[in-house]
Amino acid sequence: MKKFWGFVIKECLHLLRDYRTMIILVGMPIAQVILFGFAIRNELDSLRIGILDNSRDNVTTEITSKLLSSGYFILDGYFNRHEEIEAAFEGGRIKEAVVFGSSFAEDILRDNRADIQIITDASEPNMANLALSYTSGIIQNYAASLSEEQQIPLSIGTEVKMLYNEEMKSVFMFVPGIMALILMLISAMMTSITIAREKELGTLEVLLASPLKPLQIILGKVAPYLLLSMINVAFILIVSTTVFGMPIRGSLLLLVAECALFIMTALSLGILISAISNSMQVAMAISLVGLMLPTVLLSGFIFPVENMPYALQVFSHILPAKWFLIIIKNIMLKGTGFAYIWKETGILLFMTAVLLTVSIKKFKIRL
Amino acid sequence: MNDLIINTENLTKKFGNFTACDNISFNVKKGEIFGFLGANGAGKTTAIRMLCGLSQPTSGHATIAGYDIYKDTEKIKLNIGYMSQKFSLYEDLTVKENIEFYGGIYRLPSKEIRERSKKLIGELGLESVQNKLIGSLPLGWKQKLAFSVAVFHTQKVVFLDEPTGGVDPVTRRQFWELIYKAADEGISVFVTTHYMDEAEYCGRISMMVDGRIAAMGTPKELKGSFNVGSMYDVFLHLARGTK
Repeated sequence: MKKFWGFVIKECLHLLRDYRTMIILVGMPIAQVILFGFAIRNELDSLRIGILDNSRDNVTTEITSKLLSSGYFILDGYFNRHEEIEAAFEGGRIKEAVVFGSSFAEDILRDNRADIQIITDASEPNMANLALSYTSGIIQNYAASLSEEQQIPLSIGTEVKMLYNEEMKSVFMFVPGIMALILMLISAMMTSITIAREKELGTLEVLLASPLKPLQIILGKVAPYLLLSMINVAFILIVSTTVFGMPIRGSLLLLVAECALFIMTALSLGILISAISNSMQVAMAISLVGLMLPTVLLSGFIFPVENMPYALQVFSHILPAKWFLIIIKNIMLKGTGFAYIWKETGILLFMTAVLLTVSIKKFKIRL
Repeated sequence: MNDLIINTENLTKKFGNFTACDNISFNVKKGEIFGFLGANGAGKTTAIRMLCGLSQPTSGHATIAGYDIYKDTEKIKLNIGYMSQKFSLYEDLTVKENIEFYGGIYRLPSKEIRERSKKLIGELGLESVQNKLIGSLPLGWKQKLAFSVAVFHTQKVVFLDEPTGGVDPVTRRQFWELIYKAADEGISVFVTTHYMDEAEYCGRISMMVDGRIAAMGTPKELKGSFNVGSMYDVFLHLARGTK
């Protein structure tokens, strides 16, 4: 046991000596959360709109004021003719235009329906989609209140409701993703590099010729990164809850335990990568291409898994990050307990067990 | 038999169809410097890896310090020192940390590590740099330190795999002085090299050619039997014979 601790101390010294890497490893998670939280936004904020009101009655005025008082839109100006709209879009003055048909209020009273045209600048598709759904949401709301007041059934289209993230706060989407990404980076990539380094320098052979057992070498290598990853989890959680008001609706203990499990999965992946690569460059390349890219693109972090082609959906099942994201979102946003995530937890456990067995076998063969 | 630190009989290692070591038999006595010579790819490293417990022999027997290399690898590992082809200290740790680390993984008590590392640093004249990172030291010092660390925990045997590759002649000379000192203290030294001038320093030599031991004896005996003036000529003679 004593020699094992000596080994862990040596690993920590390596980490501390390389203080540049250390700063990156601790600073990056915080920087990323703040970047994603502040800079990369998915919600609407004071979008400039123009209005062409062909009717100018009490209903259209009320809808207009509802739109403008929502806080999502700022009025750029009223149009008088349809041609002006295009000019405003081309000039970049507005991102959305709302057009009311003539005799709007009369139509509603007579036919129980009326038409509004919503035009958005779809050169920014995400923004356009958001603007559209916000606008129609506000109008639907108004229509609903109107029909209650006057006891007449108005035609109401589909109702859109954002569950768990009612305001569609993007930081809620990004925090679990960043957590998966950072843990993958530190646990898998750094472990694979540190073992590959000993291989490259020839010190691994000396270690293997010593009384240390392969398992002790692996555990000793992994221990400091386990600690570092847990510290990062704490940092990310603190920043995202205090600065961005992200909730932790479920049990904190369960959350930490699931993070630890995911770290274990990532660490065993790192060990496997180092077992099959002979230099730091190879280990880094495999980690980057084989782990980071799929984690970012295919785990559901940025693009929903449901929207992917079938083949990629199948592929996403083997990504630990995908299951981790489901677990984290369940605990933090929905506040569900273990009963709802035992399946995902089981999958991660199984992956870890398989990866560890394979990599320890590989490690021994290499001797 | 007791002073035979290394004793091998028909040790063989095959990789598929390729036989890296073919029926190697030799022994090394206590305090002897045994040179293991041969061209690149002659099977030197394979042999040293088997003796250190880094790889399993295909067939044959061997004992190190009385321990069987199939059954007692753990005990063997405690009793041997090993210095690999590549420089085996950690560049980003200090002189002291390196010594303490290697002492620690060989289960030496902390008190003993402290005393012995102090003595060692004194002997090597490294007091002024003991808290400096290894990476900042000149190669010659590093090499000497690496050897001292390899014998730090053992009084039995040390395996050196081409320890002087890429080192200048003066440093090589100093390095061999350390080897002699260790041998005088009763440590057996098993050294592989392809520098023929170093071969002259060894007590006894075995010449490896294509995985077999082509000749074995003291440098004097070998030169006599081939009737040549230097080990270099002995080597050429043997190497040419295989072509």
